[in-house]
Amino acid sequence: MADSHLVDIHIMGERHRVPDSLTILQAFEYAGYKLVRGVGCRGGFCGACATVYRLPGDYHLKFALACQTKIEPDMQLAMIPFYPANRSTYRLSELKGEAKEVLDLYPEMLRCLGCNTCTKSCPQDIDVLGYVAAIVRGDLAAAADISFDCIMCGLCVSRCPAELVKHNAALLCRRIYGRNLAPKSEHLARRREEIGAGRFQADLAGLKKQPKDELKKRYAERDIEPGE
Amino acid sequence: MQDSLNALVTTREKRMSETFPRATAEAKEELLKGFHPDYRAETFAALRIGPNAGDRTPRELALLLEADSTLPKMGTVPPGGLSPFSPAIDLSKPDYDCDVLIIGGGGAGCSAAIMADNAGAKVMIATKLRLGDANTMMAQGGIQAADKESDSPAIHYVDVMGGGHFGNTPDLVEALVSDAPEAIGWLEDLGAMFDKNPDGSMKTIHGGGTSRRRMHTARDYTGAEIMRTLRDEVRSRSDITLLEFSPAVELLTDASGEVTGAILQNLNLNRYSVVRAKVVIITTGGSGRLHYQGFPTSNHYGATGDGLVLAYRAGAHLAFIDTMQYHPTGAAYPQQILGLLVTEKVRSIGAQLVNSEGNQFIFPLETRDVVASAIIRECSLNKCVTTPTAVQAVWLDTPMIEIRRGPGTVKRELPAMVRQFGRHGIDIAKEPMLVYPTLHYQNGGVEITAECATNVKGLLVAGEASGGVHGRNRLMGNSLLDVIVFGRRAGIAAANVAKERTGDPQLGLTHVEHWRKDLQSKGLASEVKSPLLLPDYTRKAS
Repeated sequence: MADSHLVDIHIMGERHRVPDSLTILQAFEYAGYKLVRGVGCRGGFCGACATVYRLPGDYHLKFALACQTKIEPDMQLAMIPFYPANRSTYRLSELKGEAKEVLDLYPEMLRCLGCNTCTKSCPQDIDVLGYVAAIVRGDLAAAADISFDCIMCGLCVSRCPAELVKHNAALLCRRIYGRNLAPKSEHLARRREEIGAGRFQADLAGLKKQPKDELKKRYAERDIEPGE
Repeated sequence: MQDSLNALVTTREKRMSETFPRATAEAKEELLKGFHPDYRAETFAALRIGPNAGDRTPRELALLLEADSTLPKMGTVPPGGLSPFSPAIDLSKPDYDCDVLIIGGGGAGCSAAIMADNAGAKVMIATKLRLGDANTMMAQGGIQAADKESDSPAIHYVDVMGGGHFGNTPDLVEALVSDAPEAIGWLEDLGAMFDKNPDGSMKTIHGGGTSRRRMHTARDYTGAEIMRTLRDEVRSRSDITLLEFSPAVELLTDASGEVTGAILQNLNLNRYSVVRAKVVIITTGGSGRLHYQGFPTSNHYGATGDGLVLAYRAGAHLAFIDTMQYHPTGAAYPQQILGLLVTEKVRSIGAQLVNSEGNQFIFPLETRDVVASAIIRECSLNKCVTTPTAVQAVWLDTPMIEIRRGPGTVKRELPAMVRQFGRHGIDIAKEPMLVYPTLHYQNGGVEITAECATNVKGLLVAGEASGGVHGRNRLMGNSLLDVIVFGRRAGIAAANVAKERTGDPQLGLTHVEHWRKDLQSKGLASEVKSPLLLPDYTRKAS
């Protein structure tokens, strides 16, 4: 940190002078916040640290994950550690796996105005409008694919003028796709059957009894499947 | 840095066709003894109290295992106080009653909750932050399962034992590899999406130390995909009670020492609550946020080893607590992402590790402990790059991936990595990464049986908080597998234990009283208290 410059940032309106090399999350901590909310994995995977900010002279509202974004001088920022989001009641195992079910559970998706504010607010750069459109036209495979990298931070929900909780609808699409629509894996089904029938039990029981030296030998001599 | 980058680019064409030979068993041994952080004796301490007295563990963990309870001290209670610890904690009136209390809401905790709920148990999950705030969410590379024709659970077994240096508990390894295909199938039934070929067969790749391509992936969001699926399934079950921001700060025991519940502390309100349970499962994960030996970590903010502390104080025996995993490729540059994970999948799909002179120095898919040691060796030989913030590092030559597998591969296979570096202006498809080992995984933990039982009655443990499955070194893709396999087993076992236990469990804290007396008599009483709950990264006033 020795060679970094100090700059001013404004955390919920309060000015703090912090090194310019920090992420927004580190800047909160440098300023003295010991966070319980607004912090999670610190690696961009959990969506706990959704943050909104503005820069001087720019009317646009900007969006970030605090753990993934370097501060900029004179940022005015606030975290949105929680945003109300309704989740429909369902048990996946009781659904038929049809596209229609997503719209039955989240009928408000049809209210989408197509304004694209969701896409603009996504810190993962996901084509949010693209997957909402896919849901509306009943293409769950596309909705699952486009939304796959969603970390459910809720920024798109906070900005939607149609009040859609799209990340929950997308999650349902992915679960239906994974359970019902993805092509089945025959080798997996076969192996589950074999294990159910106890096919490998004797092999494993034998291995468990091997003296360490024997196992070491076997490990050293194992044949290794080539990469692709 | 620029000279070294030029060297890397110059040697790339030659290296494209070059396979660095795998190390012999002797060479690996030498590397580990010479350079692995587990062998820096001065960074360890022998425990002086508790079931593992005499055993070595990193100093940072020893400090917390030997510490006092965070509960208010006895003797400070005003007359008429309701418990010997604090008037705020009334053990005679539990706030919650359940069959199975699960402490920790990550992959293992959620798997346990679903299985125990299936078995008809009344389940409660208490977790420190939000449901799904866990290392599971951050796992990128994949999950292993021997589900292809060329593979078998026995082959998987030998890989796991060899990777762990043959000290792993055989029963646990047998359970891990035998349940693996079922775990994948179960996740798919819950709606998890794995990468597949058009015919439905799984796209599988190698990980470090695997002899078969059995790594199942979901882009490089494998853990996130599994975690959000499990989380949604838990949320869809209205019979499961969920308490977020409510870590356990102490277990409760009856007169015989059997675990009967826990005291939770709500972090938002700073209020205690008492949970009575017929059985408790600890699924609190690892301890990377203790920053052993000053290493940066790839771990979640909440990975502070709380479960080990609670279990140890209640008399649980720990195993393999003298070994931690340092993932070979933590980000070393830019500074903002120091220590964050660069998934092993980067090497699985073709990137080589290269020193400052532009040469390979290790087969890229040796086990993690060996690769990490090799990187540390290169740095000790001064064959490393020093970043502008004075961090030592070697190259991970990511541009090789698309030269080998065609344009678009990196974006398709590694979207999280592309984002992680892209946010700082680095295009990993075209520019190499700088990496150095980062503290990644707690190889050991509470000693368990294949049914997740511990030596303490009423206490089960699953996932990273347990010890024995991985021996002294875990293979890539076996931690996601571990949390699913043993989480499920713990849930099933707990429901059975709960059925057998009749009558209301008695709630007490005698184990804590005994612990305090023991600390006093051994002269170990100090100001240090545990569990830690969260690390403190605030700047200390200067």
